[in-house]
Amino acid sequence: MNIRYRYLRDKVILAVIVALTLTVVIPLAIIIVYVIVNGISAINIDFFTQELGSPSRAMLGRPTGLMHSIIGTILIDLTALVIALPFGLATGIMMSEYPEHVFAPIARLLTSTLNGMPAVLMGLLAYALVVKNTGGFSAFAGSCALAFVMMPIISKSTESILKITPWSLREAGLSLGLPRWRVTLSLVFPAARGGILSGVLLAFARAAGEAAPLMLTSFGNNYLTLSMSKPMDTLPQRLYSLAISPYRNWHAMGWAGAIVLLLFVMLTFLIGRITVQNMKRKARRLSNNT
Amino acid sequence: MKADSELSKKTALHSTIPAIYRSPGDKVFKLIIFTLSSAIVLLAAAMAIILYIEGRPAFRAFGHASFLSNTVWDPVAGIHGALPFIMGTLITSFGALLLAILPALGVAVFTTEFAPKGLAQIINYMVDLLAAIPSVIIGLWGIFNFAPFMREKVYSPLYFWATEHAPGLLPVLGAPSNYNLTTATIILALMIIPYTVALSRDAIAMVPQEQREACWALGATRWEVMSVAVLPYAKPGIIAGVLLSLARALGETMAVAMLIGNSNRVPFTLFGPAATMPSVIINEFREAVEHLHYSSIMAVGFYLFVLTMGINLVASAIQRKLMLKKGIS
Repeated sequence: MNIRYRYLRDKVILAVIVALTLTVVIPLAIIIVYVIVNGISAINIDFFTQELGSPSRAMLGRPTGLMHSIIGTILIDLTALVIALPFGLATGIMMSEYPEHVFAPIARLLTSTLNGMPAVLMGLLAYALVVKNTGGFSAFAGSCALAFVMMPIISKSTESILKITPWSLREAGLSLGLPRWRVTLSLVFPAARGGILSGVLLAFARAAGEAAPLMLTSFGNNYLTLSMSKPMDTLPQRLYSLAISPYRNWHAMGWAGAIVLLLFVMLTFLIGRITVQNMKRKARRLSNNT
Repeated sequence: MKADSELSKKTALHSTIPAIYRSPGDKVFKLIIFTLSSAIVLLAAAMAIILYIEGRPAFRAFGHASFLSNTVWDPVAGIHGALPFIMGTLITSFGALLLAILPALGVAVFTTEFAPKGLAQIINYMVDLLAAIPSVIIGLWGIFNFAPFMREKVYSPLYFWATEHAPGLLPVLGAPSNYNLTTATIILALMIIPYTVALSRDAIAMVPQEQREACWALGATRWEVMSVAVLPYAKPGIIAGVLLSLARALGETMAVAMLIGNSNRVPFTLFGPAATMPSVIINEFREAVEHLHYSSIMAVGFYLFVLTMGINLVASAIQRKLMLKKGIS
């Protein structure tokens, strides 16, 4: 084959690859710019201090906002985190610190398959388990659904972070005569704390953007409520109902909600991502030194 | 692998060491950890069992085979067949996969082999960020920006062109509606690209450096290194990644429910509305007052579970095989 032809082919293929990369990156930029531009023009102080109320409230031009959705999101998501955290962390510890146990491969398989499960199924499960048995849609049922979403994510990220903490650390502890549980809790866990926290943060961000499971469980509410046993509003599901509503004012409010949700999710994502990457770099340096 | 053998040596030692190591602490800790982590098994089992139990009235009324093969879904008449939604899910998911594969591979190859390190990192960040954008926000953008744009600038001109020059195409295209199958498929492709990219990136990064160096030493160009030494080696990993992305696409709910138009009248047309399994769950669940309707939706959920579970299991089997191969070599 002609060398000039080969070089030419190399260049053509590079051009194709760059073009393909652009087709991925450009829509992303469009979405983010579009949300930010529309959101900024729609956001105002009422958005954070008023509740939505009935549609006529927006039609008559009275102040409306999504304060109740923001508060609801925080309440439901934090409750979900509290429920999911012990189970997720324990599974992560089990998979990385007791890999010789027969249970570990099963848990690993189920964790990764549950990670790929559609979140809407978690909503159906929480409906059948909680809503049906407690007699109505409630914020608590929503928290359970989101906890189901978070659990496998937390255990997977905890496992992968614990796995990259150097084995020499455990060996040092064990050689000092520490029992395994002390090694895990006093040596491995503190060393991996930053990474574990950011993994939890990523799980939180992921669940905070989920609308589907909440629509089947916490249902939504146009007014503010702080009771976990009543239907409660959350930002993602409110965005859905605003977007499909026929009112122009509500569409604008949807954009304002979208920018708040997007900024929150992007921020937690970036913090989590940067911490995990620093952890990995540190771990690599440590393992190179030894 | 090394860690495993070291640990098993440690546990072998465990039985012969003095009492201080056999303090109850270890046992208690292990008990707590294992009790808590059995929740993940319970969760998976509960999903299978409860979705099945809740869907059982529908299975009893229609039978599994006719529930899956009936094209009529009419809650008012009490007839429920899931075929339109299964078809919608398969069409949109495989369509999205076809659309997503090339760009995703392009990004993965570009960032791992071609781009300077800084640029690669920025692109990786952006692609991962795309995965973090909530589905409902992408749906919002689709409703107000993408769908109207596509209808005006793409579907309608194409449709009018077809009426004049290729009337045979019309039954396939269908009258362009605002929310339709093609829009949902394109959006779905955009949403699964990050997963495909991330997983094929990992697969390409696992290819040993020697493999590339040998090829360079033979005087290969960059693309030849890629096509001869790297991609064949990474192929099983990429296939597993594509399967996992497919599972994502099957279960993607909000954006699709917002953009597909929600019509269960088969046959679907390219520019006409359709429905998928997740979208019917979202759209009809809250209005399902009839018991049969409710349990039919649960039954759709059960089959969605079976579908995604199956694909996930196949993908992780491929990945485990890969890990083993890597461990041995």
